[in-house]
Amino acid sequence: MQVQVVLFAVAKELAKSETVVVELEETDNVAALKSKMSHQFPQLKDLITRSAISVNHEFATDDCQLTGASEIALIPPVSGG
Amino acid sequence: MKSIVEITPGPIDCDAVLSSVQSVAAGASVLFVGTTRQFTRGKETLKLDYECYEAMALKKMEQLRDQVQKKWDVQACSIVHRIGTVKLGESSIAVAVSTPHRKDAFDAAEWLVNVLKKEVPIWKREYWKDGSQEWVHPEGALPEGFTPGDHAENG
Repeated sequence: MQVQVVLFAVAKELAKSETVVVELEETDNVAALKSKMSHQFPQLKDLITRSAISVNHEFATDDCQLTGASEIALIPPVSGG
Repeated sequence: MKSIVEITPGPIDCDAVLSSVQSVAAGASVLFVGTTRQFTRGKETLKLDYECYEAMALKKMEQLRDQVQKKWDVQACSIVHRIGTVKLGESSIAVAVSTPHRKDAFDAAEWLVNVLKKEVPIWKREYWKDGSQEWVHPEGALPEGFTPGDHAENG
């Protein structure tokens, strides 16, 4: 399946896009997504090691399962305030 | 007045944020306002630009309001963050908390700002006077339990 990952801040700049599409297996979890995304978009690799993934607006642990219907985003270290 | 959780592209009305939490039940109200600072370690800032993941940021801010009401005897709590360009001296964030007694109000407001700076998906871009600019992504600015390889539940 393909999942779309929404990008923000420096991730958007590095990828020169607001979203990226990653090809996953049906059984893939968040850890697999990070690994495949790093492979497919090497310019994001370093940032991904320091970032979280959100699924449907909640931070997702590495073992969280993904579906094509989930809203997925890469959340780099935040700097609000 | 009704308390506020909001992300706004325009200037923050800090007086309105403060009055939104005040009531006769609360003997103490604390208002924290964060503004764009001119100098950071000797380097001069021209302006900041904020971006957010709005749906998630609002959800997280609502969760923080719920959590602060469980941790302290909070009468009301408002959280407002500005996005877009925030010039020197202008406010990017206002957090207000009211409680019966002052210690809880100080503690709750500080906790809210600390957790917001770690968990709410908002990012700032710093524009320096020397012409350079950069997104700010501090080391360790991820929620507890979301360091790489960690499987802990979000507490």
